[in-house]
Amino acid sequence: MNAVHTVAGNPTALDVAAIRRDFPVLERTVRGLPLSYLDNAASSQRPRAVIDAMSRYYETSHANVHRGVHTLSQEATDLFEGAREKVRRFINAKSTREIIFVRGTTEAINLVAQSYGRPTLGPGDEILVSWLEHHANIVPWQMLCQQTGATLKVAPITTSGEVDFDAFAALLASRTKLVALAHVSNALGTVIPVQRFIAAARARGVPVLLDGAQAVPHMTVDVQALDCDFYAFSGHKMCGPTGIGVLYGRESLLNAMPPWQGGGDMILAVSFEKTVYNGLPYKFEAGTPDIAGAIGLGAAIDYLETLGMERIAAAELALLAYANEQLATVPGLRFVGTAPEKAAVVSFTIDGVHPHDLGTILDHEGVAIRTGHHCAMPVMDFFGLPATARASFAFYNTRAEIDRLVVALHTAREMLG
Amino acid sequence: MDLKDLYRDVIVDHNRHPRNFREIPDADRRADGFNPLCGDKLTVFVKLDGGRISDVSFNGSGCAISIASASLLTESVKGKTIAEAEGLFSQMHQLLTRDDIDIDVTRLGKLGALSGVREFPARVKCASLCWHTLDAALHQQEQVSTE
Ligand SMILES: Cc1ncc(COP(=O)(O)O)c(C=O)c1O
Repeated sequence: MNAVHTVAGNPTALDVAAIRRDFPVLERTVRGLPLSYLDNAASSQRPRAVIDAMSRYYETSHANVHRGVHTLSQEATDLFEGAREKVRRFINAKSTREIIFVRGTTEAINLVAQSYGRPTLGPGDEILVSWLEHHANIVPWQMLCQQTGATLKVAPITTSGEVDFDAFAALLASRTKLVALAHVSNALGTVIPVQRFIAAARARGVPVLLDGAQAVPHMTVDVQALDCDFYAFSGHKMCGPTGIGVLYGRESLLNAMPPWQGGGDMILAVSFEKTVYNGLPYKFEAGTPDIAGAIGLGAAIDYLETLGMERIAAAELALLAYANEQLATVPGLRFVGTAPEKAAVVSFTIDGVHPHDLGTILDHEGVAIRTGHHCAMPVMDFFGLPATARASFAFYNTRAEIDRLVVALHTAREMLG
Repeated sequence: MDLKDLYRDVIVDHNRHPRNFREIPDADRRADGFNPLCGDKLTVFVKLDGGRISDVSFNGSGCAISIASASLLTESVKGKTIAEAEGLFSQMHQLLTRDDIDIDVTRLGKLGALSGVREFPARVKCASLCWHTLDAALHQQEQVSTE
């Protein structure tokens, strides 16, 4: 079972050294140097508890779910549905009928586009997104527009990397049929004050999908308090496995939506004359699901809850503050995205050193960061940059790792600047 | 594998001071090259005199490897025939991607400075982008992408 890792005498502070021992990969070296993994926004690492939960399942209880009366099938089903209940509790959904297991955020958004959007939208209708979306929250809507004749509208951002609320509100029109918005920007780290956006949309009766891929790992998310209609996130960014993610949907909307894919599990009865679809959430889960992935995700939620989302958020924001302070000492470094409220993501450029070269030079120092467009090319275009370097922190990172990042940046400047 | 093998002095120099970094307004051939992974964008301009490359230049933005490689390219193909330039392209392709064959780097002149790139597989596309773009220009395609 997971131990609570807090500093002795201070129950609000996490004991990072103890936490790091839970993550086997953090022990490895890169090119003979310890690994500083600062690419958590792309994908986080897994604690042993998650890896063990999945191995244990495969070693002892694997069978297909919802199908057999035999013991293993029953155990697998219990574990799988147990994970669904953990997800429900974690994001405070009303019912497990609102928790649909998918491959990840991308699939969740495509599901909503095709199952909610395609039957309801037509020419003249509008979908409203923001300028800082990940491609996963742009391209499915562009495809939907091509299919239905609807139009994609884009709320602009400001030079600090915030979504311009007034411009957003002005774009909300009677033709707007759906708002799709990031909760936290992956490229810049901006936390979007989504309540305000949701309230404005709901006042006009427009449903809202939130892309929570970067939010769920780092803050408490309560879908009922947010009052959003859809919420999408990925397991692999929250210490869970790849290949599993979640679509939360308001039950009344999900009920009205047709299935997305057809196959086993999503039906009650099939004949060549008439097929009767299964109820929620199974209507949207055709075929054998990623059972081990769901179980791993459940174990990741247990792990995060043991640490406590509030303590996680506090630890990460402390790292962000330290990183901002230290990076500001690097000559020629320019921060990209300076919103007052941010998750632990720092995007930056360095004069005279292309981000791609930074990535290679940092890797040589054992420091892993992301360089490129971060699947958010419109954001890069907005800032007139081909790419940025991005360091993104998790609760298991340390100040010493940020120090190594800063030293490596100095090396890069000396080499190429 | 040393970083200095990748960022040799010649490369650093050509990145800081790219040669033939300009547009040729009346170019006979031009093509755009794009590396979506890192956002590198280059345009290569070629002026032909018969079958010979009488002038060649580039502009755009990219990492040190792609800028230096393009700069070195312009120096090495100027004055060459199209067939000679294509011969160089295939030698560069081998230099960047094949570590199983010995390439006589001395025959490549300054281009040999890019031989360290093959030790960094993630960077091979940076070095080859300009060559693919030149090839596209010579074959009168307007765009190439390394993806
Ligand atoms: C904000 C945001 N949305 C969507 C995605 C796509 O997530 P996935 O690739 O797990 O489907 C990501 C991941 O990079 C993201 O950061």
